[in-house]
Amino acid sequence: MEDVTLVVLILDSTVRLSAPLVLAALAGLFSERSGIIDIGLEGKMLGAAFAAAAAAAQTGSPWAGLAAGIAVSVALALLHGFACITHRGNQVVSGVALNILATGLTAVLGISWYARGGRTPPLGADARFLPITLPGAEAVRDAPVLGALYSELLSGHSFPVYVACLAVPLAAWTLYRTRFGLRLRAVGENPLSVDTAGISVPGLRYRAVICAGILCGVAGTYLSIAQSAGFVREMTAGKGYIALAALIFGKWRPLPATGACLLFGLLDAVAIRLQGTPLPGIGEVPVQFIQALPYVLTVILLAGFIGRAIPPRAIGIPYVKER
Amino acid sequence: MKEPTAAPAIELRGIDKRFGNVHANRSIDLRVAHGTVHGIVGENGAGKSTLMSILYGFYQADDGEILINGRPTVVRNSAAAIAAGIGMVHQHFMLVETFSVLENVVLGAEGGALLAPGKARARTELAHLAREYALEVDIDATVGDLPVGQQQRVEILKALYRGAEILVLDEPTGALTPPEADHLFRILRLLRDQGKTIILITHKLREIMAVTDVVSVMRQGAMVAHRRTAETSMEELAELMVGRKVLLRVEKTPARPGREVLRVEHLRVADGYGVERVKDVSLSVHAGEIVGIAGVSGNGQSELLEAIAGIRPLADGRVVLNGQPVATRRRGSDPRKLRHLGLAHVPEDRHRMGLILPFEACESAILGYQDDPRFNIGPFLDYRTIVADTAVKMGAFDVRPSDPHLRTASFSGGNQQKIVLAREIEHDPDVLLVGQPTRGVDIGAIEAIHRRLIAMRDAGKAVLLVSVELDEIHMLADRILVMSNGSIVGEVAGDAVDEGQLGLMMAGIAPAASAAGAGTMP
Repeated sequence: MEDVTLVVLILDSTVRLSAPLVLAALAGLFSERSGIIDIGLEGKMLGAAFAAAAAAAQTGSPWAGLAAGIAVSVALALLHGFACITHRGNQVVSGVALNILATGLTAVLGISWYARGGRTPPLGADARFLPITLPGAEAVRDAPVLGALYSELLSGHSFPVYVACLAVPLAAWTLYRTRFGLRLRAVGENPLSVDTAGISVPGLRYRAVICAGILCGVAGTYLSIAQSAGFVREMTAGKGYIALAALIFGKWRPLPATGACLLFGLLDAVAIRLQGTPLPGIGEVPVQFIQALPYVLTVILLAGFIGRAIPPRAIGIPYVKER
Repeated sequence: MKEPTAAPAIELRGIDKRFGNVHANRSIDLRVAHGTVHGIVGENGAGKSTLMSILYGFYQADDGEILINGRPTVVRNSAAAIAAGIGMVHQHFMLVETFSVLENVVLGAEGGALLAPGKARARTELAHLAREYALEVDIDATVGDLPVGQQQRVEILKALYRGAEILVLDEPTGALTPPEADHLFRILRLLRDQGKTIILITHKLREIMAVTDVVSVMRQGAMVAHRRTAETSMEELAELMVGRKVLLRVEKTPARPGREVLRVEHLRVADGYGVERVKDVSLSVHAGEIVGIAGVSGNGQSELLEAIAGIRPLADGRVVLNGQPVATRRRGSDPRKLRHLGLAHVPEDRHRMGLILPFEACESAILGYQDDPRFNIGPFLDYRTIVADTAVKMGAFDVRPSDPHLRTASFSGGNQQKIVLAREIEHDPDVLLVGQPTRGVDIGAIEAIHRRLIAMRDAGKAVLLVSVELDEIHMLADRILVMSNGSIVGEVAGDAVDEGQLGLMMAGIAPAASAAGAGTMP
């Protein structure tokens, strides 16, 4: 029974830790399938996290925080689009610039507005997304296994986590079953085919980066006002890059990318559990090593375990009509 | 089917277009009648593609008027052209290779926000179109897996699915095997007989004669003549295209082969992915003959040529030059050493391998020979000699403009090719490897280049020619080797060619020709 509880707890924190990765990876999916490299996931999440925390602190409403987070993230995405789609700039440079901009701006604004070393004021329960208890969760809590699964794993997450859960099938459906998805996939493979079919290439790509902006906005909001009770400098801590790696593991497909995010989340959850726990035969492992584990595995996985990932053919290439 | 009307399907009046300094279209007038196949010929850069891009709404004309079925129409973008009933089959297909045929066809004409109903409708409609016009393709196949000929059918289906009444095909046979091209022409005739109007853009005069009813000739951005195909000839069209008399066939005397200078034995070459592209090829080239390698692009000819030239490593076999083994699997060769041993190479892709476009002509003209003592004084290049030498070469090969200091990129394709040929030929090699000598070269310059190659041969040199232009092989080669899927599948004498048979061999359909009379394979 104890083992079951332990497993359920680890899975539960896997879900919590994976949610922002899933949202960010899907954001990257929309952008990259349209042919726009999105290395700025990190920056968009960070900007959204700060905006959400600031707005929630100001208004006391998590919904205002969510709106602010999405707005800032979409604005950053449009900036990226303006540089890369309208002005055909280098997408990697623009994305890196976005990340630097977000790191700098959130720190500067945070210090000058709140004078707490870059933190936003701690949020009260009303200003945060709190865990939602699904109906009947308390009633079945004591049922063996299934009860624990329902009450711990499915129930008791905050609103953005459920958004992430719904976003996965929704993204897959959009990509493969709708006109927008077909055109999006086409524009990332061969934009000329889209142009000659009488569809605007920039129009499609702008819509794609806006989708990315919205999803990153939710991810950032989750970090600052659901998982934590306020914004901390650099609180994304590389999650945008991990999400990008997951996207590549998943070969730019929604379900495998989600799987990769869950794997990273699981590694993180296990790492947290293992801190301070002596391992059989090894003894106590230094905390730093455990914390580095997900990143070490990222490198190993990226280096060889995924086979050849074929990116969308037109990715990174600004679209210019002939001549 | 449309009722035949007095108004032409398409009428262009005074279309004018400039790109910066380039006057691509000069006040073009064109009338294309309903239910005809109308050819437009012209050299590269004559403005054919620009004109059609204007018709298709890809560019906007600076001046002039487009009338479709007698009605003035403004074609602001491709969507407007599609709505007006114009379909375009581009030279480089506008297909998404990772998509299925069905997805490619519905892209842009999905008929609703969800895909499923549109796809179902397209499935029925495509089956109908395929039956009516002999356009069979597996609609669930991934486009990237289909052969080029079938991909082209997908493009035609795309246009027809959108209700095109006027079909524009831009250089449609560039990548097709001869049987595929014949099939395409059958489809075009079928479409015409069903009342569609077809505009065929090409620089291949044989196609014009084979399939069109009417032909219009463009030269330097202007429309210079309209002819009924039945009342004109290839010679007349060539003269109209170039603006002077052109010999389509360069005369040559029978070859007098001498000793063997180049021998390739059981050569195998793998590409960067480890896929074997050349499979056990043996051949020999004698002094005083031109050996042509025919084949559809991508069947291993390029790799074969590059391996002999010392650019690609051999997976197996060896290359023997003047009786001396120069490359084996264990001991590779390099182009510089081969040049010293008397082997020169005119690469297939002059922009990527033959020239450095930002360089001045005189610099491009010594590439590969820059260490020659003639061009050096101690550690420095002797610019005066190099410029003088280039001027001589330019004179000998009629390179225009004859300015050794002009940037290589500023020359036309034909003149760039002449620079490469001059560089390699003037060095007096024993063996000349030539890949696609006239790709992207204007018809006037083709004649000059062909004369040069024959002069090489007559001077007792060995020439190995790789070309995807069957006409060119046919005209120049004394012996023709046919390559298909990495192997030499047959050999025919240059003057005893049955083109139908050759086409089948290129497609890998016919076995090694029994008619390969003049076989002299080692």
